[in-house]
Amino acid sequence: MCTYVTVKREVEGSGKGAGGWFPVSQTTVYVDHPTHAPYAHTLNIDFLNPAAGPAARVAVELTEESALALIEAIQGALAAAPAGMASRDQKV
Amino acid sequence: MTLQDAMQDAMQAGTVRITGAGGDEIEAYLAQPLDAAPRGGVVVIHHMPGYDEATKEITRRLASYGFAAICPNLYSREAPGASPDDAAATARAAGGVPDDRLVGDVGGAADHLRGLPNSNGKVGVIGYCSGGRQAFLVACRLPLDAAVDCYGAFVVGNPPESFPLAVTPLLDQAGTLSCPLLGMFGAEDQYPSPAQVEELAGELTRLGKPHEFHTYPDAGHGFFAVDRPSYRPLAATEGWQRVREFFDRQLGA
Repeated sequence: MCTYVTVKREVEGSGKGAGGWFPVSQTTVYVDHPTHAPYAHTLNIDFLNPAAGPAARVAVELTEESALALIEAIQGALAAAPAGMASRDQKV
Repeated sequence: MTLQDAMQDAMQAGTVRITGAGGDEIEAYLAQPLDAAPRGGVVVIHHMPGYDEATKEITRRLASYGFAAICPNLYSREAPGASPDDAAATARAAGGVPDDRLVGDVGGAADHLRGLPNSNGKVGVIGYCSGGRQAFLVACRLPLDAAVDCYGAFVVGNPPESFPLAVTPLLDQAGTLSCPLLGMFGAEDQYPSPAQVEELAGELTRLGKPHEFHTYPDAGHGFFAVDRPSYRPLAATEGWQRVREFFDRQLGA
């Protein structure tokens, strides 16, 4: 099915798309038909910069297991670093 | 092959500009046979993943059946010139295609078909997935001659409460259905489920609206999609025959 359910978050960071690196300002997360992954449904994440146009997009299509493993990996990596090290308020 | 055979099956296909909802100029893909015989037209409503190669192939296939077929790019405004997957992601992030705009864009595409030199004045619509729901919607809102709903979800049944898009069920609009409806469904689909398909059929019968529904065993959602793992060759092959017969009957000269 087309779930239409889209969870959006404003984010800060960068991504590398077809045209090179760009600032990422928004992510959309949804379960729907993938464009490329060989499954009927996947957990899809788009890293976007709407101001830079539709091509400013890094897309991933993951199985449920992969998506959950990624959440764990993100939490593990953040937990292994001092709190605030990668924060927007970090000292550089 | 004789020269006459070649003339009869030759077609032209490519991008055109048409007038959509609100007078906006939008992109569309038009495929039509080259011979001058009067013919009906079909508007193809693409699925949520967008105005992609597979949908253009469907449009050309309908031209090979003898119809003028056109697929408007429903994401023309959000993502002009973008690749189909990027355009679909942009449209999704923007909240999807509003129903009223969709009706205007499909109406513009239908007008474009009726304005072709050898149009016989008859126009049908076919849509897949989210486009299946939209095909039903436009057939309730616009004067058409035929509509095909391929596994459109939420014609019957409310979307989950968390849905951020204004996708509403359409069953209460069935009274204004302007043309015969062909429905193509998979027995293993849950959106729409066989029970929802049955409910829609019951309501159309009650209203005296002509309809013909086919539900294929061993097929789920998206069984026509040749580029996806949901493709079911037996259901799709038979389904295309039903679609062709239906359009021949409803849109013939």
